[in-house]
Amino acid sequence: MPETNYNMDMAFFVDMQRCIGCHACEMACAECETNGQESMIHVNYVDRAVSVQTTVQVCMHCENPACANVCPADAIHQDDFGVVHSANTPRCIGCSNCVLACPFGVPKKMEEAELMMKCNMCYDRTSAGKKPMCATVCPSQALYYGTHEEIARMRPNSTPVNSFKFGNQEVKTKVYVMMPKGTKQLIVG
Amino acid sequence: MATKNTVSDPQDMPNWKSDFPIQQKKATHVSRREFAKFLALFSGTLALANGVIVIRSLLFPAKPLEGEHYVCQETDVAVGQMFQFKIEGAETIPYILVHLEENEWRAFEQKCTHLTCAVRYRDDLKKIECPCHHGFFSADTGEVLQGPPPRPLPQLQVVIKEGKVYVKEESA
Repeated sequence: MPETNYNMDMAFFVDMQRCIGCHACEMACAECETNGQESMIHVNYVDRAVSVQTTVQVCMHCENPACANVCPADAIHQDDFGVVHSANTPRCIGCSNCVLACPFGVPKKMEEAELMMKCNMCYDRTSAGKKPMCATVCPSQALYYGTHEEIARMRPNSTPVNSFKFGNQEVKTKVYVMMPKGTKQLIVG
Repeated sequence: MATKNTVSDPQDMPNWKSDFPIQQKKATHVSRREFAKFLALFSGTLALANGVIVIRSLLFPAKPLEGEHYVCQETDVAVGQMFQFKIEGAETIPYILVHLEENEWRAFEQKCTHLTCAVRYRDDLKKIECPCHHGFFSADTGEVLQGPPPRPLPQLQVVIKEGKVYVKEESA
């Protein structure tokens, strides 16, 4: 493993309620040439007809990533820091297995490139000790990259949660979602 | 229903999964045992293949060319030119006919003795060149002048009869 300055004390915190739908994260992400000028973060409208509420979806970097487990081409790997990397381009066959498997709907298939592309937590930046681009531009701190102490001080009424339950499947992630204080697990469906 | 999301017990892990781990560290790790196995198999195969080549050449030595073979008309190849031809037999071997000077003809096997690239006659240098590794042979005798070829080019004797060019095995 090559030497990096990846800071394991830092974590990614997503607070959906703070998202104001400004798309700054998408714009910032799309400025990066390693993504091919495509945004790897997606802003979703919850129910646009009746609400202005938006949510933001960044790769959750699962501890046991479904995308990597279903990849038939061994193109998706998880590194020592728990970052699940985007598909290895020479290996990716564009089968979309990962797109279907991801419980968070993160990987997207870029039809023009016949490749899956997803967030790699700005590995070029985080491995150099910097923060992911989306977290640095978010004006409402819906996306926050920092230490657990910082987030506990800033959001005393919220708890970071990284455990999800999709039916019978339990998913633990590297990225935290801010939930009301006392929440242990997010049960989805 | 108990869900087996994480395969913690290595016994439960199917082969395809342990062969293609999703962890970068495991995927790029080569164990000493694997490396030794690869090394033994690879060098073993090489040694075996070398042995097979030696045995084959001892059991089935190359047969000398029998009789004279017609190549072309004398007028077809100008001085300083080369002519490619093949002699069909148990194995088809490509040759080159070189018209060095007036009434000076040479015929060589076209396969370089180094790695069997096709050699060609360079009239500007008056040498036979193998372009792959810049090996040079004498256009007169086929001797190696320069480069990696280990042996001279096998030569055939050229016979001219009534304006027609024939080749035959060199008489000792």
